[in-house]
Amino acid sequence: MSATIYMHEFRTRLRSVAIWAVSIAVLVIFFFSLYPAFARDATLLNEMMARFPVELREAFGIGNVDMSSVLGFYSFLFVFVQLCAAIQAANYGVGLVSVEETELTADFLLSKPVSRSQVFVSKLLAAFTSLAITDLVLWLSSFIAVLLFRGERSYETSTLLLLFVSIVIFQLFFLSVGLIISLLVKRVRSVTPYALGLGFGMYVLSAFSGVFKDVKLEYITAFKHLDPAYMVEHGAFNTPLVLLNVAVTLVSLAASYWLYLRRDIPAVS
Amino acid sequence: MSVIEVKDLTKYYGKSRGIVNVSFNVEEGEIFGFIGPNGAGKSTTIRLLLSLIHPTSGSARVFDKDVVVHGSEIRRDIGYLPSEVYYYEGMKVIDLLKYSASFYQCDCTQRMKELSDLMELEMHRRISDLSYGNKKKVGIVQGLLHSPKLLFLDEPTAGLDPLMQRKFFDLIRKENARGVTVFFSSHILGEVQRLCTRVGIIREGSIAEISDIKTLQQNNYKKVRVEAPGLSAASFDLPGVTNLQAEDSTVHFFFKGDINAVLQKISGLQVDDVSIEEPTLEEIFMHYYE
Repeated sequence: MSATIYMHEFRTRLRSVAIWAVSIAVLVIFFFSLYPAFARDATLLNEMMARFPVELREAFGIGNVDMSSVLGFYSFLFVFVQLCAAIQAANYGVGLVSVEETELTADFLLSKPVSRSQVFVSKLLAAFTSLAITDLVLWLSSFIAVLLFRGERSYETSTLLLLFVSIVIFQLFFLSVGLIISLLVKRVRSVTPYALGLGFGMYVLSAFSGVFKDVKLEYITAFKHLDPAYMVEHGAFNTPLVLLNVAVTLVSLAASYWLYLRRDIPAVS
Repeated sequence: MSVIEVKDLTKYYGKSRGIVNVSFNVEEGEIFGFIGPNGAGKSTTIRLLLSLIHPTSGSARVFDKDVVVHGSEIRRDIGYLPSEVYYYEGMKVIDLLKYSASFYQCDCTQRMKELSDLMELEMHRRISDLSYGNKKKVGIVQGLLHSPKLLFLDEPTAGLDPLMQRKFFDLIRKENARGVTVFFSSHILGEVQRLCTRVGIIREGSIAEISDIKTLQQNNYKKVRVEAPGLSAASFDLPGVTNLQAEDSTVHFFFKGDINAVLQKISGLQVDDVSIEEPTLEEIFMHYYE
C-alpha cells in the first residue's frame, strides 16, 4: 500500500464522488417526498397496482410489494439508487487500472519504486473509500427522507439497515466485475461505455428476469442477487444468491490481482 | 561492477518479435549507447529492465538484483525518460513533480528547483497546456529529481530545440561525472557519438555488435578520398576496399586492413589532394544494416 498513490487516486476521483453522492441524495429525497401522497390513497393505489399485469410489476421490481408502506415505497426507489450505484462502481472498476494506460501515464507510475501489488491495493482502497463516502451520503439522505416524510407510519429499522448494507455488497460486485473486464479486454479506449453497458445491461436483465419466469437470469444479475423487493418482503437476504454475488466479487478481485501483476504495459507509440 | 547484466533476454508479444537472446553488460559509471532503427527492440529492452513488461525467457539484473523479483527496490535508484512523455493532463507541472518526488525518500525540492531553472520549465502551467518540447522538459526534471544512480534515456532529445539539447547533454555529462550510469537509446548516431563511451547496436531484435565507440571507429574502416588527374576506380582495386566510387578525377572508398597498402598506391600517383579520415558512426552504422 502506498499512501502517495492512495491520496492521488482519492483526490482525482473526489469531484466524481461529490457529483454521484449529491445526485443520489437528491434522487432519494425528492423521490421519497412523493411518499405521503402515495400513502394517503393507499388502498386506491394498491388496487390500481393490482390491475397492472404481474409481468410489468415484476419488471419494475415492485412485485408484491405494498407501495403504501414506508419500506415498500423505499424499495421501489432503491432500484434507481442501485442503478446509479452500479454505474458509478462499474465506472471506478473499469477505470481503476486501465485509466493509466488510456491516458498513457502507466509508464510514469510503474517506473516509480512501487510494486504492482502496491499500485493495485492502493488504487483499490482509494476506490473503496470513494464508494464508502457515496454510501454514507446515501444512508444519511435516506434516513432524513424517511424521517421527514413517513408521517405516522412505522417501518422495520432492521430491514432498512439490511438495504443499507446490501448497497455495499452491490457496489463491490460492480467494482470488481468492471475491474476484471478492463483487464481481460486488450485495451480500454473509453471507460464510460463499459460502465454504462455493465450497469444498464444488468438492470435490463433483471427486469426481463421478472418477465420470463422460467429463465434463470437471476443467477447472472446483481440486481436480482440483491433485489430490494425480496429483502423488504422477507426482511432478509436471499442468502444463496447473495453468497453467489460475493463469490463472483471475490473471484474477480483475485483474478484481477493475478492478471495485473503479470500484465505487460503496452508501449505508447 | 556491472550495473546492468542482461543474459539471453527474449521477449515475444504473442507471436511478434520483441527481442531475441539479447545479452550485454553495462558497467558502473559509463554512458552506454543503444542504437538501432525504429522497431529494432530498443524500447522493449528498456521496458523489460523497468519491468513494465515481463520477459518470455532469459534474465536481466540491475544493481545485481533480478528485475522481475526486486523491481520496486531497483526502481528507487532509476530515473527514466520515456521516448513519448505523457502525464496527468489536469495537473500542474509543480504538482506532477511533487507527486513524482513523493515516491522517493528524499527531499527533492531544492533539486527540483535547480533542474527546472536549468531547463527553463514553467512550474505553474497545466500539463495539458504544454507543448511537446515542454512536456519533454517535465520528463527530464522528473527523471532526475531524485538523483538516480542509473538513468534510462529512451530517445530523449526528440522535441527539444538544439539549445535545449545541448543543455540536456551537459546535464547528462555532469550527472555522469558524479558517477551516474547512463543507458542512452537513440537512432540518431551523432548524439550517441558525442556522448557515449560504448555502444550496443541492435537490429531486428538481436544485438549486432557491442564495442567501444573508439574501436568501432578506429579498428574498422578508414574513409579515403584521393584526387588526382586521370584517376579511375580501377586504380584502387585492392583487397579491403569497399564502397568504391569514382567521379571525374576523384575516388572515394572505405578501407579495412593495412593502411600501408593504400599509401603505396597513392605514392605512385601525382595527387592533387588526399584525405584519410575516421568514418562517422553513421557510416559505420549503415554498414551493419546492409
